[in-house]
Amino acid sequence: MSKRTSKRNTPTRITDHPILQFNRGREITFFFEGEPMKGYEGETIAAALVANGVKVFRYSEKHKRARGFFCAVGKCSSCLMVVDGKPNTMVCMEPLREGVRVERQRGRGKI
Amino acid sequence: MIDGGIVIVGGGPAGLCAAITAAQLGAPVTLIDDNPRLGGQLIKQTHKFFGSKSHYCGIRGIDIATLLEQQLSATPTKVILNTTVIGHFKPNILGLANQHTFTKLSYQRLIVATGASENTILFENNDLPGIYGAGAVQTLMNVFGIRPGKNVLMVGSGNIGLIVSYQLLQAGINVSAVIEALPKIGGYHVHAAKLARLGIPILTSHTIKAAIGKEYVTGAVICRVDKNFKPIKGTEKRLKVDTICLAVGLSPLVEILSQIGCEMVFIPQLGGQVAWHNENMETTVSGVYVAGDASGVEEASTAMLEGRIAGAHAAATLTGKFTEAEAIINQAKFELAAIRQGPFGEKAAKGKEKMMQTVR
Ligand SMILES: Cc1cc2nc3c(=O)[nH]c(=O)nc-3n(C[C@H](O)[C@H](O)[C@H](O)COP(=O)(O)OP(=O)(O)OC[C@H]3O[C@@H](n4cnc5c(N)ncnc54)[C@H](O)[C@@H]3O)c2cc1C
Ligand code: FES
Repeated sequence: MSKRTSKRNTPTRITDHPILQFNRGREITFFFEGEPMKGYEGETIAAALVANGVKVFRYSEKHKRARGFFCAVGKCSSCLMVVDGKPNTMVCMEPLREGVRVERQRGRGKI
Repeated sequence: MIDGGIVIVGGGPAGLCAAITAAQLGAPVTLIDDNPRLGGQLIKQTHKFFGSKSHYCGIRGIDIATLLEQQLSATPTKVILNTTVIGHFKPNILGLANQHTFTKLSYQRLIVATGASENTILFENNDLPGIYGAGAVQTLMNVFGIRPGKNVLMVGSGNIGLIVSYQLLQAGINVSAVIEALPKIGGYHVHAAKLARLGIPILTSHTIKAAIGKEYVTGAVICRVDKNFKPIKGTEKRLKVDTICLAVGLSPLVEILSQIGCEMVFIPQLGGQVAWHNENMETTVSGVYVAGDASGVEEASTAMLEGRIAGAHAAATLTGKFTEAEAIINQAKFELAAIRQGPFGEKAAKGKEKMMQTVR
């Protein structure tokens, strides 16, 4: 299983858009499963992960099925991850912070 | 505990208009939203709004959000962002949670403008990473400037499916096809025509049978359906896509209202379960109002008008400014009726009528 599908300077960030301009914040380093990744201040952890090619956020409790995120607005609980050791963090709502450690959640997660 | 006066949950077009109106009538107002920015759905809508008779047609959703925000900031409204209303305690207290704390806030009047949440549908592997609601795709690409994938299958040809498909193309993402179970396209012809010109196939009488992939989406199986929406054997086709976007309708977010004990009614034309409300948007619990998609899935212009009505009525019952409020309410009701007479307002009009008939 590959941790991510693309390397740094990933092409998934939109730079030219006919209508929108993206004023990204300061560049931030964070860690996904121990691996350093870059994101921007002002985006959510979920957004930064997707931009780095991470698709699997957690594995379901019973059938260990891979889960990504679905709603991106804090309504579906599909995106729960372990953030700085804290399980069940809704990463589609959680702002990205410098040095934050993000891990895939397996099952319920222990507190 | 602090008292929020008129507390409005949700800072989309409905909540913003409710807040602006109530504050302009001199009522103390607190507006709560779980996002870092006000605007609700509007902050990701890059397209120009379509032609309902409201003032904002022809303006992009993102610009409407800014306009409303400016109007709000000219009032003394208290705005609480990054905060979710997670529960209600009797008689009139809300539980608020942000990342670190839980607080309570009491209210004298409550307006629930929480919007709607996206529906999903049944198919094999529908829980795989890479399957998103249309709103999620919009949030990623229009708010954060991130592409969800390279090749997308769009499920649903209502206005949302069509508009988001076009936005995907604008963001440099390929749309393999738009599929629709009904025999005809659901949304406005102008939106469909834009896609057709760009060579994107819109396949009617088609559904998704399965998502392919183990850890995440690597493809999809689509097939034709018959008149009864049953898949037709032998018509399966495999598409190589890395993203499946579901635009298959919305359901009103009504948890807070049902927790409060507002009487609920099930009305398919409004998107499912809604809190019964009268012409002034007041529910069966006195002083508790609902507006926008939470009161029945419709569009931004109607959400704004409903918000204005709820805000004006709630404020009048607090400040006593009934005459001023009445003028606002009557004008808004007049505009609402005009919008709902149009071909795309018909469904909601029927739904609201049906609700009124279930007298409370
Ligand atoms: C892709 C798409 C395209 C659309 N295109 C058009 C169009 O062209 N023209 C048009 O008129 N309409 C369009 N609409 C519909 C329009 O956006 C909605 O009808 C409108 O936004 C509804 O407004 P609202 O204020 O009721 O809800 P929303 O805009 O959804 O706002 C609700 C807000 O409440 C917040 N919230 C919810 N629950 C809580 C809680 N418990 N605590 C705190 N905050 C909470 C939400 O995060 C959100 O910010 C479109 C919708 C979508 C999804
Ligand atoms: S993706 Fe739905 S709650 Fe985070």
